[in-house]
Amino acid sequence: MPLDKPTLVAEVKKRGLKSVSAVLRELGTAEDEKSKAGLASMLKGLWGAEYIDQRDARFVNDRVHANIQKDGTYSVVPRTYGGVTTADELIRIGEVAKKYNVPMVKYTGGQRIDLLGIKKDDLPKVWADLGMPSGYAYTKALRTVKTCVGSEFCRYGTNDSTALGIALEKKYQGFEFPAKVKLGVSGCPRNCAESTVKDVGVVATEGGEWEILVGGAAGAHVRKTDVLCRVKTQAEAIAVIGRFLIYYRDNAKWLERTYDFVPRMGIEKVRDVIVNDSLGLGEHFDTEVEKTAAAYVDPWLERDKPVYPGQFAAARSIALPVLSS
Amino acid sequence: MTALEEAVEYATVCTLDDLPTGLGRAFVIGSHRVAIFRTRTGKVFAVADKCPHKGGPLSDGMLAGEQVVCPMHAFRFDAAGNCDQPSVCAVRTYPVEVEDRLVRVGVPV
Repeated sequence: MPLDKPTLVAEVKKRGLKSVSAVLRELGTAEDEKSKAGLASMLKGLWGAEYIDQRDARFVNDRVHANIQKDGTYSVVPRTYGGVTTADELIRIGEVAKKYNVPMVKYTGGQRIDLLGIKKDDLPKVWADLGMPSGYAYTKALRTVKTCVGSEFCRYGTNDSTALGIALEKKYQGFEFPAKVKLGVSGCPRNCAESTVKDVGVVATEGGEWEILVGGAAGAHVRKTDVLCRVKTQAEAIAVIGRFLIYYRDNAKWLERTYDFVPRMGIEKVRDVIVNDSLGLGEHFDTEVEKTAAAYVDPWLERDKPVYPGQFAAARSIALPVLSS
Repeated sequence: MTALEEAVEYATVCTLDDLPTGLGRAFVIGSHRVAIFRTRTGKVFAVADKCPHKGGPLSDGMLAGEQVVCPMHAFRFDAAGNCDQPSVCAVRTYPVEVEDRLVRVGVPV
């Protein structure tokens, strides 16, 4: 794909190219799997419900909505909003783990539970038995909103971090990005949710305001977030984070995490565009958020209706005909 | 090892409709675990469903043109089975015939 992203996006829009094969046909010079995957993600964000989904453009994780493991089995991580669960959900997860003899049940860093070692043809039944939506643990999308307890129980909490965390995860679940996006919300400056090393973090100040942070990381690369702004209400926090997420989605390079994107743009420019609305894009960002949220469908519902032949099939056995001598 | 060097028998494995466009699908033909791919341009070809690198399921891979990309570490195999990585063995290929939308694959006798 010889074009840079803004030019590519403009051409795609101008020509109404809504599938990966259409883009490759009209604008591509060759076909490789990384370009296909990047295009699929970009087109889905661009066209929303009008996007033409071609599964052959996607890596296996995004075809079967689970993370492939070294032995060809899969990992299943159901959604646990804000890291808060219920006795009923835990019991269901436990019962599924027993029923399918799941080899490993593990807590993730994102405050949820991972069922590892699930066979591809068991995925639809596992999802049905869980009755919980996909946690998107396997792909370049919003992952989790990690929280610490906050004012609901914590004696130091200055604001309700779990409520904000849950609201953020419910609003932005299923949003795809050029790379994975991890959020965190802490209920006071002690920052027990480690929000200062997240793609987008929120920390409640001593006075109970929400300090919004961006561009952090704590994996192979470690970076402390930059401060974007402070807001007073939960609604404002959700709105400004949404604007940043769309800005990141539409301007970052494929595979570029926020810890590279934010310093590349410069936090002053990011603040100018997002907080001061210097480019007048605020309304566009808000519209994009609503469009993307409206297009969200839990991918695990494909258990009832696979979208391509053999999607969840185990290898089919063919007996060889007996040869006559 | 190519099919020309050994006697091969063909088994009818599936129909074209059983093969997703631009992707692979796994079959066990006799004792052979085989990944059958169907490109967007209509070519159907088959390789062993086990990556020579670390045994990954090639049937779960992607296609880059007519190259199979292993889902484990993205090693690529062309239509002759050769790998793009210098120290990795070729993957076995199986001859395929398509007639009246039926897909037949040849396995060694």
